[in-house]
Amino acid sequence: MINLETPKKFKPLVSQAHQVATEVLRPISRKYDAEEHAYPKELDMLAAVIEGVNEGGELGGAGAGGVRRDSENGGDEGNRNGSNMATVLSIIEMCWGDVGLLLSLPNQGLGNSAIASVANEEQLELYGGKWAAMAITEPEAGSDSAAIRTTAELDGDEYVLNGEKIFVTSGDRADLIVVWASLDRSKGRAAIKSFIVERDNPGLKLDRLEHKLGIRASDTANFILQDCRVPKEALLGSPEIDTKRGFGGVMQTFDNTRPLVGAMAVGVTRAALEETQRLLTEAGVELDDDAPAFSQSAAAARFLEMEADYEAARLLTLQAAWMADNGKPNSLQASMAKAKAGRTCVDVTLGCVELCGSVGYGENELLEKWARDAKILDLFEGTQQIQLLIVARQLLGKTSAELR
Amino acid sequence: MNENGTKVSAGDRGMGIALRSLNRLAGSTLLDRVGIRKPFERMIFSTTKGGFRSATAAARTFKAAQTLGKPARQRSGKTRDLFDLSPDDEQQMFQEAVRDFAAEKVRPAAGDADAKRAVPGELLDQANELGINMLGVPAELEGVMEEQSAAAGVLIAEALAHGDMGIAYAALSPGAVATAIGRWGTADQESTYLPAFTGEDTPAAALAVLEPAALFNPFELATKARRDGGDWVIDGTKSLLARAQDCELFVVAAEAEGIGPALFVIESGGDGLAIEDEPAMGLRPAATGRLVLDGARVPAGALMAEGEPGAYAECVQRSRIAWCALAVGTSQAVLDYVIPYVNERTAFGEPISNRQAVAFAVSNIKIESDAMRLVTYRAASRADQGKDFGHQAALARRLSAAKGMQIGSDGVQLLGGHGFVKEHPVERWYRDLRAAGVMEGALLV
Repeated sequence: MINLETPKKFKPLVSQAHQVATEVLRPISRKYDAEEHAYPKELDMLAAVIEGVNEGGELGGAGAGGVRRDSENGGDEGNRNGSNMATVLSIIEMCWGDVGLLLSLPNQGLGNSAIASVANEEQLELYGGKWAAMAITEPEAGSDSAAIRTTAELDGDEYVLNGEKIFVTSGDRADLIVVWASLDRSKGRAAIKSFIVERDNPGLKLDRLEHKLGIRASDTANFILQDCRVPKEALLGSPEIDTKRGFGGVMQTFDNTRPLVGAMAVGVTRAALEETQRLLTEAGVELDDDAPAFSQSAAAARFLEMEADYEAARLLTLQAAWMADNGKPNSLQASMAKAKAGRTCVDVTLGCVELCGSVGYGENELLEKWARDAKILDLFEGTQQIQLLIVARQLLGKTSAELR
Repeated sequence: MNENGTKVSAGDRGMGIALRSLNRLAGSTLLDRVGIRKPFERMIFSTTKGGFRSATAAARTFKAAQTLGKPARQRSGKTRDLFDLSPDDEQQMFQEAVRDFAAEKVRPAAGDADAKRAVPGELLDQANELGINMLGVPAELEGVMEEQSAAAGVLIAEALAHGDMGIAYAALSPGAVATAIGRWGTADQESTYLPAFTGEDTPAAALAVLEPAALFNPFELATKARRDGGDWVIDGTKSLLARAQDCELFVVAAEAEGIGPALFVIESGGDGLAIEDEPAMGLRPAATGRLVLDGARVPAGALMAEGEPGAYAECVQRSRIAWCALAVGTSQAVLDYVIPYVNERTAFGEPISNRQAVAFAVSNIKIESDAMRLVTYRAASRADQGKDFGHQAALARRLSAAKGMQIGSDGVQLLGGHGFVKEHPVERWYRDLRAAGVMEGALLV
């Protein structure tokens, strides 16, 4: 039965997340935007609370649950609303609070996602409960992650990693870094594996922390790996180089994390729309759902257009999560959600600043900050263009060699 | 030879002289001075088209088969607990039947119906047999659905429009009138008119809201209904009605004296009613026309829902959802058509779909049409659960006006010059998709 409302059973979760966003994140949002690289210590308390509430489950950050396709999602008559949807809903609320702070939540990194997705029992035992960041991008390999140059050579019982990693979210703060490296660069993407590196490994050297346009509360680290030795057991997934399966496991993580980035974008977009609606109302603009857009003021018409795009992005994101909960392949929908939500977030937050004039542009309000934060959401976890490529390849039945 | 070296025939010269004298008249200030320029221009237009205002069709005798003590109504559905994108069994059954019909019957007939501005009667009968005009008829009056289902209406409209939007409009228009009467009609109106919609020989009928005015707002109607004795007298013009010439029954929106915008049931054939042909850019199979009400007199009992303003607002909102559903269906048709085309068409030695500029346009058609579908479904499903849905309908309408049209445009663009010619249907979809943001009323879910 077609129903696109938020399920009743998740209302308490959404409400909790909204409380956290309102009471904890919003009040410190401007502070950590201004003090880039300062550690948001308020989040330690929050992380403890979240773990207390659901043991690192649904209420949390990008690396929370929702990456294993478990069968305990609950529901009736074959329809499930499970952990994927719960995670998306709570991320929307948290990012309504502050997306940079959400990305800085301890123990909720992308690396946690990778570990939760592909780690075996022993690895879960060993690394569970720790904060894990993800290191994929290199100076010469961004969207083209198959081109990464970092190598991993087996030496006795250890792998030796060498290379350079950039744009590692929470890299300096995390306990672990999941590093993507190639076992054999002549074998292409099939040889790319992920390795868990302890942050205090002497072969892992922090090069610098980036100064950024937005999400300044979230640290972005660059590392040099120099003869960085890790135990054999640090390799996630299978050490076999299966050229038929290609990326397999490592890329699989992204099908699950893209809707989460979509959710982040949806949350930021809603924050900007709500604030703009308040300011427009103060300015005497009336929004009328029944009157045609063009018989209202230009500001009202523009607002309606932005809200329509927001709703479109939000429902595409929920669709991707719903499909994951119901065991339906959702790689296409995940990319569609990420593409639409990412570009909508940028368009809407910038449009809101424009509508609100100097109030929107100035630092007294958060609108300008959201417009800066927005841009990363159309970049990381696959840029807009990469998402459009993924969607197009699936629709047109193209390989990555045909449609490049 | 004229200045360009073109040889001019005697016949052409004759036409040239006529045009010259017309032009001289048009250029003179005489017309402006006596204030007849507009009527004159319209007269020229209409006489060149060949006589264009006519009486409305003769209506059958609508007779009550039973008397109802109070209006029969479909009940609204229960509140759903879980997020779900799957239609229920009944909806799915309808959807599949209409999908097959659209693919096998509607699409093949679309080009011809567009050119002739007419849908074969047989095709309309077959559509009617699927039950699409009875969705809003309460079960007491032999309707097919116990519960109201805007979602079913959306799925059906979407599936039909995948075949052709203009044929879908023609086929669904009577159902809009039946649904309006089933939802907001008095007991008398229901028992008088609804039996005609549950039988085989369904009358052509139109829900007339739109008016010929730039920036038309359905809540500020130029059509006025004034009280006269126990009657209502209505003046105004309604635009783009499907099969206007054949309509036997109208539900007309008018600003009612002392009430505000309201709906009236009006049978065709009466004094003060006339039809003007109104061919448009698209929706051509629906043979669109205007209804001109010039002192049309109807009894007090023609007013629907006792003029309750909520009913009229709901009617406008439900219409918008219906047009969004058509836009979704036609957008999907564009997507399904361009995918094989761009894969097969080669340029510079390879399929054009190997180019990002082409491939990304296809991605965006998919993204925006899926999003538009979800937003439309949400509005419909809220309506079915008895929740407010005006806001969601407004959002869906915005998307169908903006993204639907973009999809129509991209569909033509992706075929290049081939998209511009009638060998391919994309130029028709381009014309039809413009309607979704323009139409008000006319259809209901």
